[in-house]
Amino acid sequence: MVLETTVLQSIWFFLWGLLWAVFFITDGFDLGVGTLLPFLGKSETDRRLMINAIGPLWDGNEVWLITAGGVTFAAFPAVYAVMFSSLYTPLLFILFALIFRGVSFEFRGKIESAGWKKFWDTCIFIGSAAPAVLFGVAFANIFKGLPFDDTGYHGNLISLLNPYGILGGVLFTLLFLEHGALWLAARTVGQLQNRAASTAAKIWPVLLCVIVAFLVASWFSTHLYANYLKTPVLFIVLALAVVALIGVRVFISQKQYFKAWFASAATIISATFFCIIGLYPNLFPSSMAPGFSLTAYNSSSSQLTLTIMLVVVAIIIPMVIAYQVWAYYLFKDKLTPKDLAYEESY
Amino acid sequence: MDVVFLSRLQFAAATMFHFLFVPLTLGLSILVAYMETKYARTGDETYLSMTKFWGKLMLINFALGVVTGITLEFQFGTNWSRYSAYVGDIFGSILAIEATTSFFLESTLIGVWVFGWQKLSRKAHATVMWLVALAGNLSGLWILIANGWMQHPVGYVIKNGRAELDNFLAVVTNKFAILEFLHTISGAYVLSAFFVMGVSAYHLLKKNQIEFFTRSFRIALVFGLASSIFVAAIGDTHGVHVTQVQPAKLAAMESHWETSKGAPIHLFAIPDEKNERNLIEIGSIPYMLSFLGYHDINAEVKGLKDFPKDERPPVWPVFISFRGMVGLGVLFILLTVVGWFKRNRLLESPLYLKAMMFAIPLPYIAIEMGWIVAEVGRQPWIVYGVMRTSDAVSPISTPQVFASLIAFILVYGFLGAIGFYLIFKNAKKGPKLAH
Ligand code: HDD
Ligand code: HEM
Ligand code: HEM
Repeated sequence: MVLETTVLQSIWFFLWGLLWAVFFITDGFDLGVGTLLPFLGKSETDRRLMINAIGPLWDGNEVWLITAGGVTFAAFPAVYAVMFSSLYTPLLFILFALIFRGVSFEFRGKIESAGWKKFWDTCIFIGSAAPAVLFGVAFANIFKGLPFDDTGYHGNLISLLNPYGILGGVLFTLLFLEHGALWLAARTVGQLQNRAASTAAKIWPVLLCVIVAFLVASWFSTHLYANYLKTPVLFIVLALAVVALIGVRVFISQKQYFKAWFASAATIISATFFCIIGLYPNLFPSSMAPGFSLTAYNSSSSQLTLTIMLVVVAIIIPMVIAYQVWAYYLFKDKLTPKDLAYEESY
Repeated sequence: MDVVFLSRLQFAAATMFHFLFVPLTLGLSILVAYMETKYARTGDETYLSMTKFWGKLMLINFALGVVTGITLEFQFGTNWSRYSAYVGDIFGSILAIEATTSFFLESTLIGVWVFGWQKLSRKAHATVMWLVALAGNLSGLWILIANGWMQHPVGYVIKNGRAELDNFLAVVTNKFAILEFLHTISGAYVLSAFFVMGVSAYHLLKKNQIEFFTRSFRIALVFGLASSIFVAAIGDTHGVHVTQVQPAKLAAMESHWETSKGAPIHLFAIPDEKNERNLIEIGSIPYMLSFLGYHDINAEVKGLKDFPKDERPPVWPVFISFRGMVGLGVLFILLTVVGWFKRNRLLESPLYLKAMMFAIPLPYIAIEMGWIVAEVGRQPWIVYGVMRTSDAVSPISTPQVFASLIAFILVYGFLGAIGFYLIFKNAKKGPKLAH
């Protein structure tokens, strides 16, 4: 199989986007559940139910982030280098948040003390909310372009917190909250389920407004629409996102929470792809001078590496998807307080 | 304190901390899988309690291994961006392959194992643990292929101002990487075996759950004995290879200054780097260095003086760590051989049990020292002979790295203390016996 370098570069660009999209739909709901913990978890039983609803799955979900990072390194090393050293501080915040969150699940049940549990619950909340916000801020700034040239990066943490960046943070957080609330509604029963479902219903109109605001702001702050104006048929991706979002609302009214969750996943995937297509072929645009922007064409690995990686991904990723689907299927049943009696549960 | 120094410190702290948890996961997952298989085959409830007890300790440890690993995956970009851009074509692809082939399997199935007791048959559940163990060890293989390439780069060409992949097969069959992998995982097995033996010894001394802990001790003893011999044998082969491909590292490992034939080894010495000599040399064994390096007592061994000053690694840490590791390696063989003879009367050997209990930290020390030999001994190169560490660092500011380094130390110190406390507490508590 010999593919032209430019074809390979474009394939890898969209695979890169796909990995982020899958990360957002998988880890997205467990970040959402973690953020909802202090609000929906009224009692210790509720909180344990919430944590156990994501317990078997969050670690496998997080690997999509590791893989997205690894694939950036493998396919677009220049992007990996410039992106992560420019976004040094926010990235480390995300990583530290994920560290605290990850150990909290394991640690919180190991000592029977209310103060101990309260501490790790707070870590789960911050460790889930902070990455949701920061990923949004980071990606919005990438869409907008960051101030760097051949002498390096000229921005800082404060300059990332511009209005468009903050809007991105709010958008991601709401998407994940909606997604997480729906997961809870699908996996729990009784009062907790009611609370989760009504939260999802309440977030929905806010989410809709923020999405509209983001689409409008993107018109003024970014070049995301350029590809769509050139090829208007691509607007179909946006239409898909809108249909999926409406589907979420419809399924919530019908109390079909698994379906609503799938619709929410479809919303996230199509929204991510709407942005990725708009970004193409840029991976990391410079706001100072377009000449310094890193694109799929000027920052990729060699043809040999791209080819080998494509073969590996084509063989392995379908297997990964297969056993992850199996794991999701294994844990599809509703959780009830009696499931918490098993010693292995968190 | 410049960015290079601080970034090195941060990288060393992060990897060495990660590697406090990795080895126990690598070995204990195999032991737990073995115990669970025994249970699935025989239905003997003691094996079930063993699986659950040792499995619980493994899980606390696993959590820390996972979260500290995630930062490492991104550190090359945050702190070593020039390195990443220069070698990403090769190094990045190995890391990405590691994530797709190993981390997914390990992380997905560990969740299935923990929560799947009621959902899977006994055999299927035991198989899941075998797959977790396999995936963990496979991730070690990939990461050490990546590290082996930095130690001894092969299969690349310099093109378009960077190192590009030329021969993938050469990269994955790099002899340096294979030896490093075999040596590192067998070291990890030694550590896990000593952990299980040490905890069992504590309970046997208290006459606690005698049947349970005698069985655990014996399983770990066999594993530990084989691994202790294997790690030393591979270490010896590895040493010969290092002599050939990284002569400056070997000279630093032995604090060997003058190029000479029939070179001796010093059991103890005090290197004096300023004056390029050793202050004292005690217990010298003539011809030994030539023999160990080339398996020929008359071979010529290049001394540090014959390397330009800016191509010599720091001698002190490499020299001391190498001695520590090898000394401990010999001790592990002795301890497991003694254990073999005492295996049927463990309860009558309190002194031995006490020694094994206090031996728990020793493989941790050996393993960290091994990494200091390999990594500090590679300096001043980040990719041996191709790129210097000082050229590899990101264009970031000193306060930025300083702040993150402090954050790493505080966060890791805090979580590490809690993690080890919980492992310790649960190990002391002993198992809940199933009825
Ligand atoms: C895949 C690559 C890789 C792997 C598997 C490891 N390292 Fe490493 N190590 C590096 C890649 C690297 C590096 C990026 O190349 C560093 C950073 C700066 C440098 O020169 O090398 C480094 C530096 C470095 C240093 C500091 C050396 C110095 O700057 O003087 C120590 C002590 C270690 N490492 C220890 C470890 C430990 C305990 C590891 C076990 C997990 C480990 N390394 C695995
Ligand atoms: C410096 C290079 C390294 C990097 C970038 C790295 C990266 C990672 C990452 C991202 C994880 C988390 C995966 C998950 O979520 O499941 C991880 C865990 C793990 N790593 Fe590393 N790692 C490094 C060194 C090593 C070495 C040298 C070994 C073994 C020889 C190793 C073995 C493991 C194992 C077994 C795990 C599973 C979790 C655990 O140990 O408890 N790693 N590593
Ligand atoms: C007893 C005889 C031993 C010998 C002759 C030996 C030899 C070596 C050598 C030559 C290196 C340097 C390789 C390099 O530069 O990359 C090394 C590294 C290392 N050693 Fe040992 N070693 C011994 C025992 C042990 C033991 C008992 C452990 C742990 C329990 C251990 C753990 C390590 C580790 C983790 C490394 C770094 C990874 C690597 O390079 O393989 N070693 N050893």
